[in-house]
Amino acid sequence: MSIYINEDTRVLVQGITGNQGSFHTAQMLEYGTKIVGGVSPGKAGQQVEGVPVFGTVFEAVEKVQPQASILFIPAPFAKDAAMEAIDAGIKVMVMIPEHIPLHDAISIMSYASLNDVVVVGPNTFGLVSSGSCKIGIMPNRYFIPGPVGVVSRSGTLCYEIVGNMTASGIGTTTVVGLGGDRVVGLNFIDVLKEFEKDDDTEVVVMVGEIGGSAEEEAARFISDEMSKPVLAYLAGKSAPPGKRMGHAGAIIERGRGTYESKVEALNAAGVKVAELPSEMPDLIKPLL
Amino acid sequence: MKLYEYMGKELFAEYGIPTPRGKVASSAAEAAAAAEELGEVVIKSQVLSGKRGKSGGIAFATGSEEAEKEAGRILELEVQGMKVEKLLVEEKLAIEQELYLAITVDNGARCPVILASLDGGMDVEEVPEERMIRWPLDISTGLQPYMIREICRLMGVSGEMSKQMLKLLPKLYRLFRELDAELVEINPLASTPDGLVAADAKVTIDDDALYRHPGLPRISEKTALELKAEELNLAYVELGGDIAVMANGAGITMATLDMVQNFGGTPANFLDFGGGAGVEKTSQALELLLGTNPKAILINIFGGITRCDVVADAFVKVKEQGFIDVPVSFRLVGTNETEGRAILERIGISAYETMSDAVKHAVELAREA
Repeated sequence: MSIYINEDTRVLVQGITGNQGSFHTAQMLEYGTKIVGGVSPGKAGQQVEGVPVFGTVFEAVEKVQPQASILFIPAPFAKDAAMEAIDAGIKVMVMIPEHIPLHDAISIMSYASLNDVVVVGPNTFGLVSSGSCKIGIMPNRYFIPGPVGVVSRSGTLCYEIVGNMTASGIGTTTVVGLGGDRVVGLNFIDVLKEFEKDDDTEVVVMVGEIGGSAEEEAARFISDEMSKPVLAYLAGKSAPPGKRMGHAGAIIERGRGTYESKVEALNAAGVKVAELPSEMPDLIKPLL
Repeated sequence: MKLYEYMGKELFAEYGIPTPRGKVASSAAEAAAAAEELGEVVIKSQVLSGKRGKSGGIAFATGSEEAEKEAGRILELEVQGMKVEKLLVEEKLAIEQELYLAITVDNGARCPVILASLDGGMDVEEVPEERMIRWPLDISTGLQPYMIREICRLMGVSGEMSKQMLKLLPKLYRLFRELDAELVEINPLASTPDGLVAADAKVTIDDDALYRHPGLPRISEKTALELKAEELNLAYVELGGDIAVMANGAGITMATLDMVQNFGGTPANFLDFGGGAGVEKTSQALELLLGTNPKAILINIFGGITRCDVVADAFVKVKEQGFIDVPVSFRLVGTNETEGRAILERIGISAYETMSDAVKHAVELAREA
């Protein structure tokens, strides 16, 4: 079992004819993802990696019935593409682009929640149901099936941690990238809920960072509702206040969102926080 | 992007939000002239930090002579490390009560939120939680009059003042939406005999939406190197230590800095040169690193879309141009790692496989330098 997506999920690639879109379409196909179509306005009738290209999401839905969509659309046009996907009936939407205007992101989230659409990102590497379906841009080889669910706010750091796990022979059920922006769709709590219900997931790893209060809120949920063990790593211990550390959401503002506050909340909820990313496999092993 | 108070007030005026009569001055003489016209005035340093009052950056004056003296003093000040270049000289308001009003984004709830309180004037952090009304609203629904009536009831505002809130808040919300603001804050919103007046203005525009607002001024709080990084489209922050750090991805860059500190070193900077960077961008990033005059350089690459051979190639190129004269600790794994390591071997650098080893080595290098 896995969460949100599985080997039967039919996937659409919006922006499939671009550099990133076509490159990652090939990568996802290689991983085993069932990509049924792509969208690129004005390029209907073409093919990319053997995948048919449609002019609109509606046309794709009519002809190849995708359930999930991944967006490789430049930030200024992402709102239009996302609204189209929601309107056309897509139920899981993965938004790769970074620098989407904040008000656009809020509008997308409002429309998505009205239509019960799961939004992953923006500014995410996507999500992968290990061994069966990857909707994202993460390197294929680190995501092997196993008993650990991973949810992360950042990309490369998540690969680092999952890479350490893979090297120790520990695989994953599903790995979800929440995205590094201020406003994102899925949050820690949404994903923790799904991992709690998922029979195959035995341990959950959270990869958080400074800024906002998502980790603190997750800690409350873990202490109230989770029976499965949760481990965490948090980035930004050394970050100064008031500076955006790469991600739009990674900033300590008005004394809030500090490393200390997050560690304290997580520890109080019984979550062990690794000091170094390389410690994670040794923390997981005794729990399996 | 934060706007100066006077710019925020210009926008308020455009949107019909009452502001005090005032003038911007760049010299004591200009401030004196403004006071001549306005009478009793308040002189406010135009810097982007809060806490101007506590730093002596705000003064009252009666008449042009006193205004000139105070303006001269403030123009010599540094408020929270920022030089004062402009002053806002405004009529002194007859304030009966100070309110707080703001619209910002609730990240967790993914929607705009209105913040309102009768306890204005002080730092917003100091307002007790139960005295701050928070009203999240759906962006598709927008701000409706009933919401304002309810916010007023919760605040304990009635009569003439609530009528004015009904006029003012929609204007502020329109500004928030039309200008892609992250924050519009009026603290204090002054209740005067002539009605509600925005005695201060804090407006922050979403950097990612600036392209939609060519008419707005461009203000930067960044250092020269940070500006250069921005031009190159690299995420860069100066941190003041002696180990220059470069990695690919915001999270892993932060984790690298944390580890430097964990092993007893001090990072000079945050530099995320992103995923999938080519030779040119990697070279530019490397040159930027040298700008802080570090004692050692630490490069941490976990290649996904980023190719190790490309990074190694760029490094060798920059190194051969003679730019890099400090020791380097390299971690290189992921896509095309074998090729990348071979390229580095040729110039006598053996790359580490784990992050911990590379960081430890960098800390030692800086210590020995």
